[in-house]
Amino acid sequence: MEILSHDILIVGGGGAGLRAAIAISQSNPSLKTAIVSKVYPMRSHTVAAEGGSAAVLKEDDNHDLHAYDTIKGSDFLADQDAVEAFVRDATKEVIQIERWGCPWNREEDGRIAARWFGGMSRKRTLHASDKTGFHLLHALFQTSLKYDSLMRYDEWHVSALLVDDGKIAGVLAIDTRRGTFSILAARTVILCTGGVGRIYAFTSNAGILTGDGAALAYRSGAPLKDMEFIQFHPSGLLRTGILITEASRGEGGYLFNKEGKRFMENYAPTKMELAPRDIVSRSIMEEIAAKRGFEGPYGSYVHLDLRHLGEPKIMEKLPMVRELCLDFAGMDPVYEPIPIRPTMHYTMGGVHTDKDGKTPIAGLLAAGEAACVSIHGANRLGSNSLTELLVFGARAGRTAVEYASSAKPCPSERLQALAKEKMDFIQKRYIRTENGTERVGAILSELRKTMDEKVGIYRREEGLQEAIQIIQRLKDRFNRIRLTQQSKVFNTELIGAMELDNMLEVAHVVAMCAMIRKESRGGHARKDFPKRDDEQFLHHSLTFQSPDGPRRETLPVTFTKWKPEERKY
Amino acid sequence: MADEIKLTLSRYNPDKDGEYTTQTYTIPYHNDWSILDALNHIKAELDGSISYRWSCRMAVCGSCGMMVNGTPRLTCSTYLNEFYPGEISLEPLANFPVVRDLVVDISDFMAKLTSIKPWIIRKNKKDEVDVSSEYLQTPAQMTVYRQQSLCINCTLCYAACPVYGLHPEFIGPAVIALGYRYNNDSRDEGKEERRKVLANEAGVWKCTVVGDCTEVCPKHVDPSAAIQRTKVDSAISWFFSKLTGRGE
Repeated sequence: MEILSHDILIVGGGGAGLRAAIAISQSNPSLKTAIVSKVYPMRSHTVAAEGGSAAVLKEDDNHDLHAYDTIKGSDFLADQDAVEAFVRDATKEVIQIERWGCPWNREEDGRIAARWFGGMSRKRTLHASDKTGFHLLHALFQTSLKYDSLMRYDEWHVSALLVDDGKIAGVLAIDTRRGTFSILAARTVILCTGGVGRIYAFTSNAGILTGDGAALAYRSGAPLKDMEFIQFHPSGLLRTGILITEASRGEGGYLFNKEGKRFMENYAPTKMELAPRDIVSRSIMEEIAAKRGFEGPYGSYVHLDLRHLGEPKIMEKLPMVRELCLDFAGMDPVYEPIPIRPTMHYTMGGVHTDKDGKTPIAGLLAAGEAACVSIHGANRLGSNSLTELLVFGARAGRTAVEYASSAKPCPSERLQALAKEKMDFIQKRYIRTENGTERVGAILSELRKTMDEKVGIYRREEGLQEAIQIIQRLKDRFNRIRLTQQSKVFNTELIGAMELDNMLEVAHVVAMCAMIRKESRGGHARKDFPKRDDEQFLHHSLTFQSPDGPRRETLPVTFTKWKPEERKY
Repeated sequence: MADEIKLTLSRYNPDKDGEYTTQTYTIPYHNDWSILDALNHIKAELDGSISYRWSCRMAVCGSCGMMVNGTPRLTCSTYLNEFYPGEISLEPLANFPVVRDLVVDISDFMAKLTSIKPWIIRKNKKDEVDVSSEYLQTPAQMTVYRQQSLCINCTLCYAACPVYGLHPEFIGPAVIALGYRYNNDSRDEGKEERRKVLANEAGVWKCTVVGDCTEVCPKHVDPSAAIQRTKVDSAISWFFSKLTGRGE
């Protein structure tokens, strides 16, 4: 098989991957670095982030406040040393991206402006209207284009990691365009593949968020951390689950039930609509359960009302909200309240890393939503994730430079042997499927329905057990998959099958970790165990693949300054 | 019988026989479905062999552009109800080589994107990594380039542009708009470097002001205006270079 050699390979060309690539290209352009991404980088899901990016810039703010807000938001499951590093780097990173052209909104005097966001005790969310992710991604991508040393494999899908004796050696990847597999050898690999959102049906996530990085690492022996913690964003547009940014509440929008009451006063009287996402999402579900939601052809919902903000403010600060409502819900938020309900939004868990991006496999790093450092713990605060991909993308990039400069490349005979084993597996599992009977679409839709119904905002023992059984059955059905697209060029059915395999693997871990964590913390809410239980569960979950399914261990949380306390807003 | 709608897809598979064909699918009609919803339905339920690109399904990633009844559109935000009870034909974006079915090769666009140097250029390179403070930029200064910074690289404007169809060397609407975006950013000092690309024979002067690019742009970037303003700007600087004797 063809071997293409590199020093560093970045899997995924979204915000974290591009930030890592730039860090590497700046510090050592002689390293042979490449981004391999299943879509052109500017199509990555960072593009869809809306509200903003949090960092301490203003005089009334400081790093301890940002750290405390983040830790309290995490329901005390975040590692505090990582959070402290994060908030310190954040300040530099948001200025760096400004210097690379990100059009942050400004004050009249030309300084960067900030807005309110949920769970933040200061105005510290920088934003480019409500298209922050779009501007940030394009600024990073366009800036990356100036480095001639940086190579790209656009529309290549990574099918397996090649690990030699506990050390990363490269990846096996398919060039979608040609339909051929190659070995991309590298001394260091950084996984920046985003989250697992598409295992849910009602999600704000793009079609490409299929947990590829998590599944690749997991199959290679690296553990996944805190996978039970899934964030549901309060404001998903009905029918599609498309995100309506939290900035709509940050800029002063209200939530109303059908009785015309701002119901958040019952749940978070101090913060009201700007409580953290897990709390607002559960509050909406409680209103709906108490029959105080509206009913319509797309199910139950509540109102997000922006009308009192007025058209000029909406057009200046929230133009994308208006575009999305007009294009995808056929209504205008200037004149009508927006019908919303919680939508799966973010994967707090991910590939287990330390604060430099390292996983337990030597030379394998991860950053961004694909990774779990953990700075978000059980619940991420809005606007910490764009900052996260800048901070930890850059950190992983620097770690990669250091590691790649000393590590030895894997000999090519060994690479060929590793790749052959994977290739045989791929042939058997995905390509020679003439005798199969099962369709990708059918398995996928049952998986997504199951996750929505049984591993959603509220979880119960029986539901989780059922979910695990169903996922096991779906995995079994996947063994009998049949693909109808029998050609090489741009075979999206083959890619779709590999993605589904990844999703089944990851969904199994999510459901199992959710079953074992018999407490409620942050984004993980058990109806049968409604309280946080620090005695038994103040730890991370660490899940390894084993022949008998997911095997769960625990890992202590790192504390520096802040003791766990009751989380009230 | 439930309402139905017909979609006719352009098919092309270079592996098989390399011929362009069409295939018609009849699916249940839902008045709230986008064309992308319909395609995803066809792929999941009727025919797993069709190829097309999509990702965000919220009109911001720029992947899902196709010719819809002959016009370049984002299929995620174009709805069946615009055409029903009529039929819908889907073809790959015009003016690009076809890879497979509804997927086109945009590598020419990607190369042109890089050629315009779409990044902040400073005379002093140290400015680019000085994180002690931000550059100051007032809201008024931002307004000058804001609109042209909204391009999602969907390439609908290239599919609509008759000049690009005839002269593939033309750098095209989106790339010129992007050049305009950086040239007019108060933080940038790279106008001279970009002039070589913008004002050469494949640059702005190729444009014959048809305006279709602006017409089809889903993000209201108005590339046509950016092209005409760049023409004015480049004519003025040509005039001054003659006046002062500083040729290029």
